[in-house]
Amino acid sequence: MRWTLWIPLGLFVFFLGLAGYQLTQPKDDQIPSAMVEKALPEFELPAAVEAMPGASRADFIGGKPKLLNIWASWCLPCIAEAKQLEVLEGQGVEIIGVAIRDKPEDVANFLERYGNPYTRIGKDDISSLMLEIGASGVPETYVIDAEGVIRYQHIGDIRLEHIPLLLEELKKAEA
Amino acid sequence: MIAEIGLAALWLAAALAALQLFAGVLALRQEQGEDGELARLMRPAAMVQALLATLAFFMLMWCFAITDLSVKLVAANSHSLKPMLYKVTGTWGNHEGSMLLWVAVMALSGGLIGWLEKRLPVRTMQATLATQGFVALGFYAFLLLSSNPFERLPIPAPEGQGLNPLLQDIGLALHPPTLYIGYVGLSVAFSFAIGALLTRNVTPEFARVMRPWVLGAWVFLTLGITAGSYWAYYELGWGGWWFWDPVENASLMPWLAATALLHSTSVLAARDALRTWTIMLGVVAFSMSMLGTFLVRSGVLTSVHAFAVDPERGSFILVLLAIYIGGSLAIFALRAGTVAEGKRFAMSSRDGALVFNNVMLSAILGIVLLGTLYPLLTEAFDIRVSVGPPYFNPVSAIFAVPMFLVMAAGPLMRWREDKPARIQMELGIVGAIIVSVLVLVAVLGDYSVLAILGLALSAGLAIASFLPLRGRKLSRVPLATWGMVLAHFGVAVSLFGMASESAFTKERLSAVIAGESQQVAGWNITLESVDPIAGPNWTAMEARVLAQRGEGAAAVMIPQARNFWAPAQATSESALLTRWDGQLYAVIGDSAGVDANGNQRWQLRIWWKPFVTFIWYGGLLIAFGGTLAIIGRVSADLKRRRAVLRGTEKRAEVEALKHGELGEAALAKDAQGKAHNEAHGEPA
Repeated sequence: MRWTLWIPLGLFVFFLGLAGYQLTQPKDDQIPSAMVEKALPEFELPAAVEAMPGASRADFIGGKPKLLNIWASWCLPCIAEAKQLEVLEGQGVEIIGVAIRDKPEDVANFLERYGNPYTRIGKDDISSLMLEIGASGVPETYVIDAEGVIRYQHIGDIRLEHIPLLLEELKKAEA
Repeated sequence: MIAEIGLAALWLAAALAALQLFAGVLALRQEQGEDGELARLMRPAAMVQALLATLAFFMLMWCFAITDLSVKLVAANSHSLKPMLYKVTGTWGNHEGSMLLWVAVMALSGGLIGWLEKRLPVRTMQATLATQGFVALGFYAFLLLSSNPFERLPIPAPEGQGLNPLLQDIGLALHPPTLYIGYVGLSVAFSFAIGALLTRNVTPEFARVMRPWVLGAWVFLTLGITAGSYWAYYELGWGGWWFWDPVENASLMPWLAATALLHSTSVLAARDALRTWTIMLGVVAFSMSMLGTFLVRSGVLTSVHAFAVDPERGSFILVLLAIYIGGSLAIFALRAGTVAEGKRFAMSSRDGALVFNNVMLSAILGIVLLGTLYPLLTEAFDIRVSVGPPYFNPVSAIFAVPMFLVMAAGPLMRWREDKPARIQMELGIVGAIIVSVLVLVAVLGDYSVLAILGLALSAGLAIASFLPLRGRKLSRVPLATWGMVLAHFGVAVSLFGMASESAFTKERLSAVIAGESQQVAGWNITLESVDPIAGPNWTAMEARVLAQRGEGAAAVMIPQARNFWAPAQATSESALLTRWDGQLYAVIGDSAGVDANGNQRWQLRIWWKPFVTFIWYGGLLIAFGGTLAIIGRVSADLKRRRAVLRGTEKRAEVEALKHGELGEAALAKDAQGKAHNEAHGEPA
């Protein structure tokens, strides 16, 4: 038996070990926005539903830090996070929503069924704010401080365990 | 109902694969000559399995076509508003669907060998079909246990979640299926190699049987890579045609291995040399296909193809890799020592040239593999690196340059032993061309070393690839030789395109207002207007750009910056203007504020890429050459076979004459012989 014939197998076993190790490592696959720690881009969006005002950058300036929630009535994870947004609202957090590519009647239906934690909802029909702010999907939530600077980005739906985290970030943004 | 039919077909196909494996193992354990009942079921099992797996695939396609939102996969990847073409191509634009395509192609190729391949000894065939069944079984298990494409939702979704907008392109309709046929076609070479190794039957005849399959898989791989490269070129809007992305490398590595295998198979078929090496390459080629699938699907490496990622499935594929690659390499290590190395040859001969280039191809394969896996290695030590062109280009060139030189000379040499002095005229011509282009380009301009080398080598290789035809009567040159000539010429054409693109490309990025003109490489470019438009599931800013060269008529280019929704994503649709000597490539970017007069300014990026299209023309030529070679090889083999058969019949007739059995008996035999020939008319 020639030992050289075992070299390919040896190399492969090394690869297996390496790949197996890497697979068990946690992988960070979220794309953080490059806009974090930068000023919120200028925007002014019309109202998404008749009953509520639209949203603009000016709405974030002054007062306490606020949450900017990017969502849509057609997005399933947004339904899942609706309850958590209500909890945050209950804690006195002001949440300004931006509905992405939505219809007024769908937005109204959504708010009726899953609750309305928002003080204002802007209507972004061409995802312009979404792209400018560096959101890679819906939903995403941003902590904006009183100066209009983006302080924190949360990617994906807000779960129960994220609430203390967001409250913490809001407090940090106050300082 | 349709989804359930598909699922049932998939389970049945898996059962048949198990039967194929089981019967094969039993048959191999029996004594030579004894053929059990089960062994006779192997070929039909392979054929029916092919039908069932194909049926399952078409059932899934049906679900996508009618957007059946109660099927989880459709709800997650499709959308009722999507154009019909992309609904259908969406079948394989996701993990489960593409794995189903993989097993369908695999079952089809297994069915084809079961149906058509009658040239190998029975036992080798049994071992081959058993291996094919064994490999298929793993992928069926993967599909059925961890990525069932037919899974239903408890409540049908109100609307689908769309499809990655980058994938809504005609490129997707062609690129993955072609690549998959290539990847999976190599499984046949793999099964043949293992079959031959298990039965210790590594012969020139085995090489001749395997060759058309390797050629076929290689042609599809070539087409798939060519299509993929062109797709990335116009869809990603970066103006590049190859990025050394892990997933691109995953398709390049099987191609390199298959190219080496193809040539070593030729040596084995013609000269009965390189036995172990050919077997080794047969194993490596398909291993590279599976490795590629693992890299794409598991997400251990970050790449532009990240839409395909899922770590849990990654573990499953890794286990499959461990079984198949590990198992076959272990069999190789145990058995290859018992296969005699075969005939010897001198280094200066066609065999020698082929061996040299085999080693060079394998070295390039090793370099690409190392570069692709290197980030995986360093990440284990918490260092994130990205390996790119600065590594791949020069390091692979170290081996590619001598390879191209030998490739120019090799086909001119004789088998076994040859003196370079015999072909000094030809070598002189090619050498002179290479040197003069080298000097000319280096003196005339300031280009990168690799680009200059590429231009010179492509010129030399283009001439050299036709030299084997010199002094021969063209009508009598075998088809397979034409195939080789064209494929080698295709390499030269492609190399020329690559070198020219990297040496002579002119680029211009500017912010312009509507009506403004600028000059790029002899083109007068005017931005006429920018308007918003809406498509079925996107909105876009669309620019009208007028391009005029010299006094010629102006052509209109329409690049777009698209915003898709569901899921939201921005893509840039480049506009291409193709001329015989190159392509003009235009991309419209974001608005860039307003000028002093309040006019809106737009980012406009223009490239002039001389002869860039030659890269893909070359790829097509290579694939065409491969196709010619398949036709040539198969028909020559059939002819030889018929001649042998006729010879046997003649002898039988003579015997019959001797014994006085003339008349009807002989006529009947003749008719039988003809029928026999026709029945065996089309083996692959």
